[in-house]
Amino acid sequence: MGNKSSLFLRNEEIAQIQEETGFTPNQIERLFSRFTSLDRNDCGTLSREDLMRIPELAINPLCERIVHSFFAESNDDRVNFRQFMNVLAHFRPLRDNKQSKLNSREEKLKFAFKMYDLDDDGVISRDELLSILHMMVGANISQDQLVSIAERTILEADLCCQGKISFEDFCKALDRTDVDQKMSIRFLN
Amino acid sequence: EGHKMERYPISIVDFARVKTPFIIGIWILSASIAKIGFHMTPKLHLIFPESCLLIVVGVVIGVVLYFCTDVAVSPLTPNTFFFYMLPPIILDAGYFMPNRLFFDNLGTILLMAVVGTIFNIATIGGSLYACGVMGIYGEGETPGLMDVFLFASLISAVDPVAVLAVFEEIHVNEILYIVVFGESLLNDAVTVVMYHMMESYNEIGLDKIIAQDIASGVGSFFVVALGGTAIGIIWGFLTGLVTRFTDHVRVIEPIFIFVMAYLAYLNAEIFHMSGILAITFCGITMKNYVESNISQKSHTTVKYALKMLSSSAETIIFMFLGVATVNNKHVWNTWFVVLTIAFCSVFRVIGVIWLSALANRFRLHKLSRVDQFVMSYGGLRGAVAFALVLLVDENVVKQKNMFVTTTIAVIYFTVFLQGITIKPLVKILNVKRANKRKPTMNERIHERFMDHLMAGIEDIVGKTGNYNVRDKFKRFDNRFIRPLLIRDLKGAEPKIIETYSKLTMRDAMEVMRRNPSTI
Repeated sequence: MGNKSSLFLRNEEIAQIQEETGFTPNQIERLFSRFTSLDRNDCGTLSREDLMRIPELAINPLCERIVHSFFAESNDDRVNFRQFMNVLAHFRPLRDNKQSKLNSREEKLKFAFKMYDLDDDGVISRDELLSILHMMVGANISQDQLVSIAERTILEADLCCQGKISFEDFCKALDRTDVDQKMSIRFLN
Repeated sequence: EGHKMERYPISIVDFARVKTPFIIGIWILSASIAKIGFHMTPKLHLIFPESCLLIVVGVVIGVVLYFCTDVAVSPLTPNTFFFYMLPPIILDAGYFMPNRLFFDNLGTILLMAVVGTIFNIATIGGSLYACGVMGIYGEGETPGLMDVFLFASLISAVDPVAVLAVFEEIHVNEILYIVVFGESLLNDAVTVVMYHMMESYNEIGLDKIIAQDIASGVGSFFVVALGGTAIGIIWGFLTGLVTRFTDHVRVIEPIFIFVMAYLAYLNAEIFHMSGILAITFCGITMKNYVESNISQKSHTTVKYALKMLSSSAETIIFMFLGVATVNNKHVWNTWFVVLTIAFCSVFRVIGVIWLSALANRFRLHKLSRVDQFVMSYGGLRGAVAFALVLLVDENVVKQKNMFVTTTIAVIYFTVFLQGITIKPLVKILNVKRANKRKPTMNERIHERFMDHLMAGIEDIVGKTGNYNVRDKFKRFDNRFIRPLLIRDLKGAEPKIIETYSKLTMRDAMEVMRRNPSTI
C-alpha cells in the first residue's frame, strides 16, 4: 500500500478540470476513482500497460490504437489525470448544456481521424486504412479483397484526387453521420 | 344426390363448393383495387392515411351487404385475425427491424411498453370505474369493476398495425419511429397477460380472488413475455441452421423463413404466450444468419413476399374493420364513449410525459417536448383491440356490445382524427425526418471504427453501456453462433464486405447500362 495522500483531488484541480473539460465535479470524482484503480503503482499517472491490462479492452481489435490515442499529447509515455480527462472530454455528449471546446463535432472527428493517421501527416494513406481494416475485419478474408476495399473507400472519399483521405475529405464523407450520437457516452454522475 | 341425373348437362352452377375461397379472393381483390384507386386519385392520398380510406370503403361495403343480404356479415373474427392476418404484418416488422436502433433504444421501449401500458390500464380502468360508480352511464349500463378493467386492458395497448400503417407514410426520424413502433410490438405481452388475467378474475368472481391469484398474474407476465421471446429466438436460430443446408435447393429457401416464423407464432400461442413477441424476435434473430445463407434471388423473394403479404393483410384488416362497424348489435352510450376517448388521450399524454422524463435521466439523447408530443399523439389503437373485444364472452360480461361499440369509436377516433392530423402536425412542429439511404463505404467503415472506439472507451471508463454489451455479443456471435449457423463465414465484419460487394455490383450495373454494347 503506497502513500495515497498525493492522490487526492484538490478542489482547485477539480475546478480547473471542470473548466477545461466541462465535466461536473461528481463525474470528475467518479472518473478519478476509476483512474486511481487503474493506476496500479499509485504514482498518479498511467502507463500503456495499465490500460492494456483492462481485460475487455485487451480483446478489442483496436485496443492498441485506443490506448495510443491517450498518449498522443504526452512526451514521456505516461498520462496524468488531467490529460486523461482531456481525452475523455471528447466523448461528452454535445447536447449537454455545458459547452466546451473538446466535444464539438469537429473535435470528435479529429480524434477519430488521428487514430487512423498514425504518422501524423494530416492524411490517411492507403496503408493506414488497410491496417485499420485488417484489425477490424480479421484474418478470414484475403489481403487482395482488403486492398480493394481500402482502395474503393479512398476513391469514394478523396475529393482532391491525391489517393489519400485528408481531414476535409473525412468530414465530408461522414456528413450524414450523426457524429454526436456515435461518439458520445453518458458519463455517470 | 338430391336429384337424379337424366341427361348429361352442358354445364352446372355449383357455387357452394367454391364459396369460401371465392369470397376470400373477392375480398382481397376489392381491397387491392381500392388501394390502387386511392393512389390514383390526386391529392386524396396526400391528405388521408391509407388506413382511413380503407375503413371508409369497408363501411360502404358493410352498408351494401347490410341492406342487400339478410345475414349480418362480419368477416373479421378473432381467429382469422390472430391466425392469418396478424402474423404476416408482425413478421414483416420483425424481419426488417433496424436491429441496432431497436436494441439501442430498448430501455425506453420497454419502459413505454411495460410500465406505460400498465399505467394506462390502471388509470383508464380506474377512472372509468369511478365514473361508473357515480352513475354517469345510467341504470343497468354500469359495468362491474372487473369488466371495466378487462375493457381497459384491451383498449390501452397501442396497436402495431395502425401505428405501422400511419408511421410508414410520415417518415419521422428513426428514434421516434422505433420508440413508438417498438412499444406497439412489445406491449403485446402486457396486453395478453392483463386480458387473460382480467378474464379469469371475472370468471372466478371478484370476492373470491385471493393473493395467490394476483401473484400468479404477475408471475405469468414474465412467463408470457420471456417465454414468447425465447420461443421466437429458438425458432430463429433453427431457421438459420436449416438455411445452412439449402444451397442445393434454392427454391424452397423462402418457405423456411415463412413457415418457421409462423410456427414460432403458433408455438407461442399454444402455451398462451405472446405470439407477437415470438414472431418479432424470430424475425430479428433469423435475419442475422439467414441473410448470409440464402441466395440473392431468394432474398428478393422473401422481401417482396413479406411486403406483399403484410400490406395485403393490413389492407384487409382495415377494410374488415369498416365492414364490421355495420351491424345491428350496437349499444351506444355517449358518456362511456366520450369518457373512454378522453381518458385514453389524456392518460396517454401523461404517461408519455412522465415516462420520458424518467427515460431522459438515462438516455444520451433526450426525448424533446416535440418527440414526446409525437409519441403520445402516435399512440393509435387498432384491430388488436377490436379482435380482443370480440373475444369477450357475452355470458360473463353483460356490457359486451357496449364495449364493442366503444372500441370501434376509439379506433375511429385515433385512426381518423390522429391519423389525418399527424402528418401536418409533424410538418408544423418541424420534427426531424428520416433520411434513408444505403451507407457508403466510408460511412460503413468509419462508423464501425467508432463503435470499436466507443466500446474501448467504455471499458476504460469502467462503464457497461450499449457499446460494451454489443461488443460482447458480437464477439460471442462470431466465435460460437455464426460458425454453427452460417455456411461460409466471411470474416468478422460481414457488413463491411456486404456493403463493398453491393457498391461494386451497383457500379458494374451502371457500367453495363451505359455501355450496352459490351455485353
